Amino acid sequence: MSAVMADTWWMTQRRLRAFVRQPAFLIITLVQPAIWLFLFGSLFRRVVELPGFGATSYLDYLVPGVVVMNAVSSNMWAGMGTMEEIERGTLNRFLTTPVRRGAIMNANVAEQALSTTIQSSIIVLLGWWGGAHYPGGLAGVAILVVASILLGTVFGAFSNTIGMLVRQRETIIGVNTFLLLPLTFLSTVFMAVELMPGWIQAAASVNPVDWAVRVGRTALSADPDWGLVATRGGWLLALAVATVLLSTRTFRTYQKSV
Amino acid sequence: MTAYAVEAHDLVKTYPKGVRALDGLSATVAPGEVFGLLGPNGAGKTTAVKILTTLARPDAGTATVAGHDVRREPDRVRRVIGVVAQRTTADPAATGRENLMLQGRLHGLPGGALRTRVAELLERFGLADVAGRAVRTYSGGLQRRLDVALGLVHRPRVLFLDEPTTGLDPEARAAMWQEIGALAAGEGLTILLTTHYLEEADRLADRLAIVDKGRIVVAGTPEELKGELRGDAVHIELQARPDEAAQRLIRAAFDRVPGARDIQLDGPRLSARADDGPAVVPGALAALDQAGVAVQTVTVARPSLDDVYLRYAGRRFAEADTPEPVGAVVGGAR
Repeated sequence: MSAVMADTWWMTQRRLRAFVRQPAFLIITLVQPAIWLFLFGSLFRRVVELPGFGATSYLDYLVPGVVVMNAVSSNMWAGMGTMEEIERGTLNRFLTTPVRRGAIMNANVAEQALSTTIQSSIIVLLGWWGGAHYPGGLAGVAILVVASILLGTVFGAFSNTIGMLVRQRETIIGVNTFLLLPLTFLSTVFMAVELMPGWIQAAASVNPVDWAVRVGRTALSADPDWGLVATRGGWLLALAVATVLLSTRTFRTYQKSV
Repeated sequence: MTAYAVEAHDLVKTYPKGVRALDGLSATVAPGEVFGLLGPNGAGKTTAVKILTTLARPDAGTATVAGHDVRREPDRVRRVIGVVAQRTTADPAATGRENLMLQGRLHGLPGGALRTRVAELLERFGLADVAGRAVRTYSGGLQRRLDVALGLVHRPRVLFLDEPTTGLDPEARAAMWQEIGALAAGEGLTILLTTHYLEEADRLADRLAIVDKGRIVVAGTPEELKGELRGDAVHIELQARPDEAAQRLIRAAFDRVPGARDIQLDGPRLSARADDGPAVVPGALAALDQAGVAVQTVTVARPSLDDVYLRYAGRRFAEADTPEPVGAVVGGAR
């Protein structure tokens, strides 16, 4: 086990170094959620006045939505990096060393979790700076961040699976463009569930993006629904484990195809 | 432990879509030897390296490296091998030093010893000045040297070099040859290199094997292989690729040239062997003239690996390397 831990550490350190070394990249990835936050925040400001919406400030309502949306949109590109490392032969070089195979996958998840944590925290701060309130306090923020990590893990692992299987940039771009908007709009990211048409409510109930945003939103509220945190959080965790297992399986298949 | 550093028996590997990359490849490499796998692109060299370095699994056959079975004990094999792949595999975002440090870490080297080793390698491969720069800023030659250094961090017993000089300019290639020669001489390292440059195999390999269509057609020292072709090689380049009737005429005419043997026709190139090359040239030219075949150039040479390749694979190396139809072989002992 300690060999896996050590290898995971070295492989994660490598990825984090690339991450820290490009602060510009980190900032650019945050421009998009910042725009969402203030654009959608202004555009939909008055939807809270709709009877039955159930919130008083749309910004309060939107922050967890943007955190979750960012977790999806930034992690769904993970497969690109994996594919590049396959094409360059870097992955094969690692595979001819005694490195534990699990460590390579662990490092993917660890790096994604860390970058999602940083981005989610910055969005929460941006929202606060823009006037959002978080009655749930630090515990609520922490739960929102964990939910975004789990959701990011789901999409990161899914993207890695596609990257290893298909090894085509166009496919990853196509899948991502296809998924991001429907997954966001078939959820309570922008709109309260009570005001949705029935079929969207049904779709949202099986949408992991919705699970994550509901967990985060209730945790940030003054009176969190812990039952909802437990169930949706549990489903998210289960799905994250399942997708990581799937990507690990695909990685084994890749190793057999070399 | 076997006496061989590398031992492969009847390796077979078929890729999806029915591409048979290896078709019963067998080879042995003695410890401390530089062994060359020479063959055109697509002959199966890289597949052989992938199997011996535990990246790919053979469909059939067995192989050991430093006494460890590549299928049953891949981890033990990985500890004792260094691998330099065909194209550079360094992480372009990291510096040269960081790449080397990570490679050492993955081999489980402790920090202090590793730092010393990395400093030593950076110095030795002339990378000390650029060690702190991201690899993406390196020239092709620098990247290649870093690749070799990466393969050596953990002091492997067997080093695999897959086409070490492909894509390098002549100057960088000469430098790389010198480096490989020094590695073999200085550290008792066993080196298995693949190449499709005849000159490279001739110059670096103590022993070499010619690979064609997934199997080894002949193996030996470069001198042995060339020595088997007795005498000089006479190469005559014709002005045009002869048709079948012309081929028959040429063959008939050459049968009457005293001293010429092993006559082979490969496209517009005619080759023959002779104990005294220059002596047969006048007769050969007269015979061709009689047959009405126009000649472009005539060369007389000591046997080269290209001749060895022609003899065992039945075609010229340059032609095997590009997907061209295989030329006809006329007469002569094969």
